[in-house]
Amino acid sequence: MDFDLSEEQNMLQDTVRRFFETEAPTTRLLEIYDGDELLDRELWNRSAELGLAGLLVEEQYGGVGLELLDLAVVADAMGYTAAPGPLLGHALTTLALTLGGSEEQKTQWLPKLASGELIGSVAFAEQGDAWQPDQWTLTVSENRVSGTKKNVLFPSDADLFLVGIEGGRMALVERSAEGVSTQEWDGVDRTRRIGGLSLDRAPCELLTGDSSIAERVRDAALILLAADAYGGAHKSVELTVDYTSQRVQFGRTLSHFQGVKHQIADAAAEVEPARALVWYAAYAFDHRPEEAPRLAAIAKAHLTERYVDASRTMVMLHGGIGYTWEFHCQFWLKRAMFDRSYFGSPSVHRERAAVLAGW
Amino acid sequence: MNLDFTVDEQRFREEVRDWLQDNAPRDPQPLEGAEKRAYDVAWQRKQFDAGWAGINWPKAFGGCGMSTTQQLIWHEEYAKANAPDVGSCFVGLNHGGPTLIARGSEAHQAFHLPKILRGETIWCQGFSEPSSGSDLASLRTRGVLDGDHLVVNGQKIWTSYAHVADYQELLVRTDPDVKKHKGITWIICDMSLPGVEVRPIRTMSGERHFCEVFYDDVRIPLDNVVGEINGGWSVAMSTLSFERGTAFMSRQIALARKVEELIELARKTPKGAMGRMAIDDDEIARKLARLRANVAALQAMTYAAISRNERTGMPGPEGSMIKLSFADLSQDLQRIAAEILGPSMLEYEYGDTGWTHDYLRSYLASIGGGTSEIQKEIIADRVLGMPKGR
Ligand SMILES: Cc1cc2nc3c(=O)[nH]c(=O)nc-3n(C[C@H](O)[C@H](O)[C@H](O)COP(=O)(O)OP(=O)(O)OC[C@H]3O[C@@H](n4cnc5c(N)ncnc54)[C@H](O)[C@@H]3O)c2cc1C
Repeated sequence: MDFDLSEEQNMLQDTVRRFFETEAPTTRLLEIYDGDELLDRELWNRSAELGLAGLLVEEQYGGVGLELLDLAVVADAMGYTAAPGPLLGHALTTLALTLGGSEEQKTQWLPKLASGELIGSVAFAEQGDAWQPDQWTLTVSENRVSGTKKNVLFPSDADLFLVGIEGGRMALVERSAEGVSTQEWDGVDRTRRIGGLSLDRAPCELLTGDSSIAERVRDAALILLAADAYGGAHKSVELTVDYTSQRVQFGRTLSHFQGVKHQIADAAAEVEPARALVWYAAYAFDHRPEEAPRLAAIAKAHLTERYVDASRTMVMLHGGIGYTWEFHCQFWLKRAMFDRSYFGSPSVHRERAAVLAGW
Repeated sequence: MNLDFTVDEQRFREEVRDWLQDNAPRDPQPLEGAEKRAYDVAWQRKQFDAGWAGINWPKAFGGCGMSTTQQLIWHEEYAKANAPDVGSCFVGLNHGGPTLIARGSEAHQAFHLPKILRGETIWCQGFSEPSSGSDLASLRTRGVLDGDHLVVNGQKIWTSYAHVADYQELLVRTDPDVKKHKGITWIICDMSLPGVEVRPIRTMSGERHFCEVFYDDVRIPLDNVVGEINGGWSVAMSTLSFERGTAFMSRQIALARKVEELIELARKTPKGAMGRMAIDDDEIARKLARLRANVAALQAMTYAAISRNERTGMPGPEGSMIKLSFADLSQDLQRIAAEILGPSMLEYEYGDTGWTHDYLRSYLASIGGGTSEIQKEIIADRVLGMPKGR
């Protein structure tokens, strides 16, 4: 038994961290927050060159053919750097195709998604807190679909939507198709734009897989959000240590005060043990699929809540500057708000975990 | 103890209710800038014209001189009528004005108090500096005596509403050679004086709420000093304890009202499985019940403290407990709101008001006006008599 990341995974994490720290430093994040631009395509193309767009895609379709644990390592690094972009929805689209697409569908879409030429996005959420496959209500008839979806990542920039259909089925819809319209919302986390998708008898193609595939995709989403949350929470603690070690009040740095130290120690002691939850859930997804749904639910509920708490502590211990738009705290705080809400709140997933445990 | 309202008090309540129902502005309060100022002063003027300005100010200074019970009734009805937050009039009505009443000269009082009550002037509080936040007494903005003027150089930061304010309660260092609390002067700074430069700062909820203020050889007449030269610390403390005391009543009533709104929201927000509402979730129901109890307890403590103040005259250090508890409960409220709202938090648009905006602003209560950690230090040394750690 070896409950640790491999050499390669550690390298992957370092590479991705360094990539986003260089290509999307906090000055760039502020530009994104200040501007109206939606997707930074330049950054997307470069991250695709790094292989991120096709990480889960099998090699025969032009991808890297890695496992979810590897992608979770990437998500952790992206949470750490508050990396902007559509990778979450994109990677889930490639996963759905890999698990539930026909040979023809895979050949048609995966190479272009793996190279980053096309961007994929998932359209699961419906009115209310309805994200789960058994809550989807859109129906398909004569290969056409109508209805609306919410909280779709980068709707105006995505080329291909993976739409959740009644009965836990999934269908592909091209943005350029007739009957498809998208709405951009402002959104609290501007590094991950969201919006609405309206379909009016839009042509679509059902994936062959049944609802068990949709549930796999949902579980992967929860694990990736948990990994992002871990990375962000870890970074929040680091930023707080750095700041309080420099800021002087009452003649010494804040890090001398017990009231400050204990809050940071509490945050670290809450966040660090939770990291293994993410790895374990991702490992289970790859190797022990029967355990994955419950572990994914627990990881998402737990990590995203820890992240909200850690980022709140960060803001508070920064005093006035932490509350500003210009200073970087807000990027992580708002990302925590996103991770908590996206794909359903912690309480929803705790309840699911309880049901899955047979309680 | 007697918790019943008298017939007169009930009649008073009806009068207040009717007036607020008919007169409280219905259009939304702008979030920032000149529009917000215009909105706030218009509402203040309306209250003044009807005889409702300065409810906690003594009659001798143009206020309503309401009894504590009457203030309580006023704030309760104010919250029920959904009347707007005091906004940019806050400092004038709750810091600047009361400080002048307690410590200002007759000339200060005669000139400034009526203008504040009529909504003609907006005040801001220039205490914090880049290097002096929690350690306020270390402030470095210099005030040098030159004939009958104080010449001010330096910088303040986080000054709420400085960009729309006419006057500022300004703390400057007038004697750098004595212990830090001893060399500070409290002076009224006219924001239109040459050498004053204001630069707004955006908050993370998106609005331009506070500012940096720079002073470059700003000449302020000595007549504007409140209290003694080098005696500003005690003047400042009387203002701060005011903020931490009675001025809190209205915000607490607003908090209690928010709790009820949140309970309503939980009744109509779907959660989890089909057909269930957030309130059907036992965990949420229990959290709401606990929050409601804690807010009721805080209010009870505030009322008791206010009754005591009425007898003794000055707000005491228990104000720090009230402020700390208020900050914690405001955050609890927002945490539960986030749980109830779930994905609709994602859809926040900058410039919106509503729950997500409130969530982002909930930090304000734990940082602005002295942080929660500093309140804990004060509770430990001044209320509980433990040794001073700083
Ligand atoms: C929305 C808002 C509005 C404001 N409006 C005004 C205004 O109108 N006028 C004005 O003058 N100021 C204003 N302020 C400033 C506010 O008073 C200060 O931000 C506050 O006093 C903290 O100072 P600081 O920001 O320098 O943080 P710091 O003092 O640097 O504190 C950083 C963190 O360290 C903690 N800390 C510091 N010392 C200790 C200690 N000894 N023990 C334990 N913990 C400690 C603090 O609690 C805080 O969490 C405003 C602030 C905000 C957020």
